[in-house]
Amino acid sequence: MKALKRCVASGCALLAATLPGIAAAQELDTGNTAWMLTSTALVLFMTIPGLSLFYAGMVRAKNALSVMMQCFTITCLMTVLWALYVYSLAFGTDVGGVIGDLGKAFMAGVAVDSVSGSIPETVFSMFQLTFAIITPALIVGAFAERMKFSAMLCFMALWVTLVYAPVAHWVWGGGWLGTMGVKDFAGGTVVHINAGVAGLMAALVLGKRRGFPQTPMKPSNLVLTMVGAGMLWVGWFGFNAGSELAADGVAGMAMAVTQIATAAAALTWMFLEWMAHGKPSALGLASGAVAGLVAITPASGFVGPMGALVIGVASGLFCYLAVVKAKRAFGYDDSLDAFGVHGIGGVVGAILTGVFIDAGLGGAGLPEGVSLGGQVMLQVIGAGTTIIYCGIVSLIILKVLDATVGLRVSEEQEQVGLDLVLHDEQGYNLS
Amino acid sequence: MKLITAVIKPFKLEDVRQALGEAGVQGMTVTEVKGFGRQKGHTELYRGAEYTVDFVPKTKIEAAVPDSLLDQAVEAIIAAAATGSIGDGKVFVSDLENAVRIRTGETGDQAL
Repeated sequence: MKALKRCVASGCALLAATLPGIAAAQELDTGNTAWMLTSTALVLFMTIPGLSLFYAGMVRAKNALSVMMQCFTITCLMTVLWALYVYSLAFGTDVGGVIGDLGKAFMAGVAVDSVSGSIPETVFSMFQLTFAIITPALIVGAFAERMKFSAMLCFMALWVTLVYAPVAHWVWGGGWLGTMGVKDFAGGTVVHINAGVAGLMAALVLGKRRGFPQTPMKPSNLVLTMVGAGMLWVGWFGFNAGSELAADGVAGMAMAVTQIATAAAALTWMFLEWMAHGKPSALGLASGAVAGLVAITPASGFVGPMGALVIGVASGLFCYLAVVKAKRAFGYDDSLDAFGVHGIGGVVGAILTGVFIDAGLGGAGLPEGVSLGGQVMLQVIGAGTTIIYCGIVSLIILKVLDATVGLRVSEEQEQVGLDLVLHDEQGYNLS
Repeated sequence: MKLITAVIKPFKLEDVRQALGEAGVQGMTVTEVKGFGRQKGHTELYRGAEYTVDFVPKTKIEAAVPDSLLDQAVEAIIAAAATGSIGDGKVFVSDLENAVRIRTGETGDQAL
């Protein structure tokens, strides 16, 4: 029976090969579909529980539950908005290279048999949704421990509509940046630069936490942070290798370079700290790993293993300097370094993607007729445009919300802690 | 009767408990405490943010002993808790007016 099935299957394949008309571009591939179902679960796992734990461990005990609550709520809110209209804005039919139309609003036309590329459109849409979940969740790190929950919800709903959806469309949805030739394999620009810059704006508009930087603000539980960092690393294979939207050689290379860059960045940060302060730290090691994951994201489908190694070392170095030196020098309070790690790591990765894509440097090769300098310039344009657009629109949203609902909790509420004040619960009831 | 109050390094608790037992001390009360002496605190570093922690975790042992046992009990604590490095802790001795065993109503040395 099995032999018969195989015989019929190979017969069909032969027929399809000889009659190209039958093998249409929109044919579903079960192998690809299986991998994308898996990848979607992996990327969701990055936010809940990965990022939630990573962040919860870094805040003070009185705010641990609040950041987990924010990440979890963002997951729910983004999902509902995605189904209503955000998917359509990002991936609907292109309107002038700027935004998608509302043809897919309410998931119109996304049915059991809809195919996108070689996978069901349901899977494509859910995979992309997980990116629209983690991007706003990353911003939480910048304003942790002082933002009103209601204001956070308003900000995230507006931000995903006015910033995430258009930028995702520009790069991946058939918009102008992608058409121009900007290379962003898995979201260095769309996810990390976007989240990092929005986070910086939020940190600046909200102002510093009371007592920063002179009062000790010790992480509540670095064990949770290490666990969360590990989950982020594992989930990132879905993020990067999944962004190929297929189970093929490019996905395999994306996985390999993700692993290599992450390890290199983690070691770089650890040794830098060891040299500067005399001891290697767990938080430094985990921070370096995340910096490497961020920087390899745009490059993952384009560069080779040795390119990944350089990208890892560079991101470890630059993110370390941003977090440990620049933040202190400029005095802004990016609580959990959303900008320092995701903003800076995203820029490092975006620019180096333009370098290590070169076949001579082990990459997949520059597009025809584009020089290395030209590609780097395109990458700078992609990153720069996102920084400017995201920066300005995020700033406007924050200012409007500050004037209407108010962004920040009161001094007393901040003192008591957001878990108790905003949620009538405590993350830890240990005694 | 004397009350011995010893503040020691937490990891030395088991050694001190055993030494006091061998010296004939029948019971003790142990509390996790924080404080500093000449050792001062220590510094912690999180992503470049350096915090000075003034109060170091210590373990406080309280034991009431008859006058006859005092010297050997104090010596037992000192011998068991010493590492030779700064922060080994201190032993305080104070007079104790009375003690009562709740179950029997015995008082003084009988209650210890």
